[in-house]
Amino acid sequence: MNKLDLSNPEVILNLLPGILLVGASLIATVSIVIRRNHKLIYRVTLACLIGIFYYLLTYASNKTFSIEPLFIVDGFGTFITGLIVLSTLIVVMISYAYFEQREERKEEYYILILLATLGASMLVISKHFVSLFLGLEILSVALYAMIAYLRKRAKSDEAGIKYLILAAFSSAFLLLGMALVYLMTGSMDFTGIATYMKTGNEIPLLLLTGLGLMIIGVGFKLGVVPFHMWAPDVYEGAPAPVTAFIATVSKGGMVVLLVRFFTQIDAYRYPAMVMTFTIVSIASMFIGNFLALRQSNVKRVLAYSSIAHLGYLLVAFLASGKLGLEAVCFYLVAYFVTSLGAFGIISILSDDERDAERLEDYQGLFWVRPWMAAAFTAMLLSLAGIPLTAGFVGKFYIIAAGVNVQQWLLVIMLALNSVIGLFYYIKIIAVMFEKPVDSKVSSMNPSMYWVNGVALFILTFLLVWLGLYPQTMIDLIREYLGGG
Amino acid sequence: MILLTFIIILMAGGLMAWIAERWVPSLSRWISLTAFVINLVMALWIWVQSNGLVHSESVWISKFSVAWIPSFGINFSLALDGLSLLLLVLTFFLGILSVAISWNEIQYRIGFFHFNILWVLAGITGVFLTTDLFLFYFFWEVMLVPMYFLIGIWGHENRRYAAYKFFIFTQASGLLMLLAIVGLYFIHGNQTGVYTFDYFQLLDTKMSPGVERWLMLGFFAAFIVKLPVVPFHSWLPDAHSQAPTAGSLILAGLLLKTGAYGLIRFVLPLFPVASAELAPWAMLLGVVGIIYGAFLAFSQTDLKRLVAYTSVSHMGFVILGVFAFNELAMQGVVMQMITHGISTGALFILAGSIYERIHTREITNMGGFWKQVPFMGTIALIFVLASLGLPGLGNFVAEFLTLIGTWQVNKVYTLVATLGIVAATAYSLRIMQKVFLGKEISHHAILDLSMREKFILVPLVVVIIGLGLFPQVVIDAAKRTFAPAAEVSYTKQVVNGNNVQTIKKGEHE
Repeated sequence: MNKLDLSNPEVILNLLPGILLVGASLIATVSIVIRRNHKLIYRVTLACLIGIFYYLLTYASNKTFSIEPLFIVDGFGTFITGLIVLSTLIVVMISYAYFEQREERKEEYYILILLATLGASMLVISKHFVSLFLGLEILSVALYAMIAYLRKRAKSDEAGIKYLILAAFSSAFLLLGMALVYLMTGSMDFTGIATYMKTGNEIPLLLLTGLGLMIIGVGFKLGVVPFHMWAPDVYEGAPAPVTAFIATVSKGGMVVLLVRFFTQIDAYRYPAMVMTFTIVSIASMFIGNFLALRQSNVKRVLAYSSIAHLGYLLVAFLASGKLGLEAVCFYLVAYFVTSLGAFGIISILSDDERDAERLEDYQGLFWVRPWMAAAFTAMLLSLAGIPLTAGFVGKFYIIAAGVNVQQWLLVIMLALNSVIGLFYYIKIIAVMFEKPVDSKVSSMNPSMYWVNGVALFILTFLLVWLGLYPQTMIDLIREYLGGG
Repeated sequence: MILLTFIIILMAGGLMAWIAERWVPSLSRWISLTAFVINLVMALWIWVQSNGLVHSESVWISKFSVAWIPSFGINFSLALDGLSLLLLVLTFFLGILSVAISWNEIQYRIGFFHFNILWVLAGITGVFLTTDLFLFYFFWEVMLVPMYFLIGIWGHENRRYAAYKFFIFTQASGLLMLLAIVGLYFIHGNQTGVYTFDYFQLLDTKMSPGVERWLMLGFFAAFIVKLPVVPFHSWLPDAHSQAPTAGSLILAGLLLKTGAYGLIRFVLPLFPVASAELAPWAMLLGVVGIIYGAFLAFSQTDLKRLVAYTSVSHMGFVILGVFAFNELAMQGVVMQMITHGISTGALFILAGSIYERIHTREITNMGGFWKQVPFMGTIALIFVLASLGLPGLGNFVAEFLTLIGTWQVNKVYTLVATLGIVAATAYSLRIMQKVFLGKEISHHAILDLSMREKFILVPLVVVIIGLGLFPQVVIDAAKRTFAPAAEVSYTKQVVNGNNVQTIKKGEHE
């Protein structure tokens, strides 16, 4: 039993990623006070993230180490922390070029993104309501500012306010839910709640209400139907790199928490819970995909598509068990790579006036910037789940997990929705392959930075590599999950 | 290893052709041509080498396998038997033609065009070779995306709609197959404790009739959409008529054959009982397809659409023959796969060359071309006669064998299918009548076939006549493959190192 005692070196080592993130954001703050320098602060952020990732690669293990009462550092959490840090790294790489072209003050952005990453990485190792809520709020508060970061853009402000109000609202639901759960179980610790729930087969009404309210809070963060309303507006309004961050890190952290909480209290026993998530999953797939069909704004298309993808992910979540957990991990990896790639390309193509979000911005891209278009095509095909890409293996994993536990309804819905999804992905691809528009009126003129090229190359390489040879990643996931 | 080389040459050739465009655009053409020629030579060499083997006990001429995703029991395993070999030869042969026919037609983004051609054929080659179900699905999808681009970028006026439709139809049915594959994987795994996608091991899976029926339908869906079987054919006329000539050639000549191949290779052996159950219905669909395709072909005015509907009709014979479960019919099916590839391919090439000359596919704007282009007319006549099943040409053998085979199973269907051949006479001769004979409507000055076009079409004529006169070559090559399937039992292959042992199950035990 390890207490949260900072004089214990082992506790320090296990919490080091978080501590380093706090340190990095402090350094960033101080460096702004001394002198504003975009390049410097960008490098500091990058170095810190690379350092954390290197630490996770070399020293982190799959051993379970719990720090009472707040945290549990296990293989699952460590794996996802690594994923989150790596994603943030990519987002930061893309952000540099994006903000360099814009006039707003750029430096504070890096503090915010470090804090948001801190929140997400606390979320994935928390096992207590307090750490859960603190992690979530650190993440959300940083996000409010990040979404509204481009102050001169009306849409950015609107998105920020929308997210602020709705997120605060959902936090309130979450808090009330937690309070009710605490009232009934007398514990805010996941294990304590699990012990209480083992005593009886029936869930008392108040506890059920509490759990239900918590699901609303969680569902909002995940952006699943019926709590998805914020997603398209926020995705559209936020600066493209921030959108990439919301789509990946913020959702990924919440998924992990959901999996951890559900497994811990063994909520799969209760048909009501499983039924709720089944409905949420199917509704997310259908509504996400159908609404995406009607969009002509690429960011909104991807927003709706991410709603659908969370629906797919819930299939793996509902499949549970060993295979289900592996599927969740693999799908998150594939989805992170793909989303970062897709939003990355949008932000790379954006110029100082607006983001490259209209469908026309992509017309003939293949003949103008063949590499960029090829990468974007790969990302879209991956989202659609076509072989040779990571997305396909991810989808295969989910189908395998679903079929394994005979969730035929969900699996068939997934297959059906993949087909609907195809419509709008290939619509974008088709536009890229059309003849280019020759007028310079509507075309975007972004400046190019080599760091973007590097980020995009890494993502495309990962995408194809995971699609062609997923074994290494599967082994890695199994190794981390195996530790128990 | 040589099997892997086939695919590597095509994929690498595709990438090279794409890159080569930067310096010398026409280099892409030569690269693609070389890749196909090398593959064709290799395939023919295997054929010659394995002539003795074909008559021996072993079905598989060559095998290759490496672990790919071991944690799911997925191997990158390829195997070649007589049927695959035949189809590979056809694939590479048509590959050469598709490059040759696009030599002048395609001037826009040449490199990417040839990349797509090579990758479609790489996917098709993979489909014909693989013996791992996951890999099979993988290749099944790999051939889809390049084909989508071929139609969508270089197609005719309505290309986008056609490309969408093609993609969505095949993808949707493919996903059903994926579900069935995964289902089979887990059933087999739960039974034996061995989780694998290996075809030979999955052959042993025991299933309750209900489960078998559902899984079979998953596979069946993918294949009948590809074949296509009425009423799942509606993507075909659009895709065929909107695709560039090379695209139509590949679609008609090869892509449709993957559906037939899937039925023979996977549906019958994996689900013998359910297939037998379904047989009467499948045959009914085949007969409906034959008649329906023929009628619609007759009423088309778009030349490429007309030829596309003849495919629907001809493919009806395939499903009719496959589900007749006897060796004669199955031999007819294999013949049909080859001869239809040749004859319909040739008709699409002719339609393409007419389009290049007068820029329309409307047969109402055509007529009396014979005087101006006698050479083209003669060749068209040969293939039109092939299409209507004139004895002496390959298609006759195919349809005749199929009908003899089906006669033993269901006399009514056979009679109706024979009527289909009569209808074929009507629609085929209509092509001749409207385009080459009749009143001279157009005032275009049309050039006869160029040397390049002659080099494309004359070999096709030779092949279709050769197939008509010496069909035994094809029948022998594929004999061992479908003999077991035709007996509604199956042959289990146990591979110990290089020794291929054959154990017959069912009535032979």
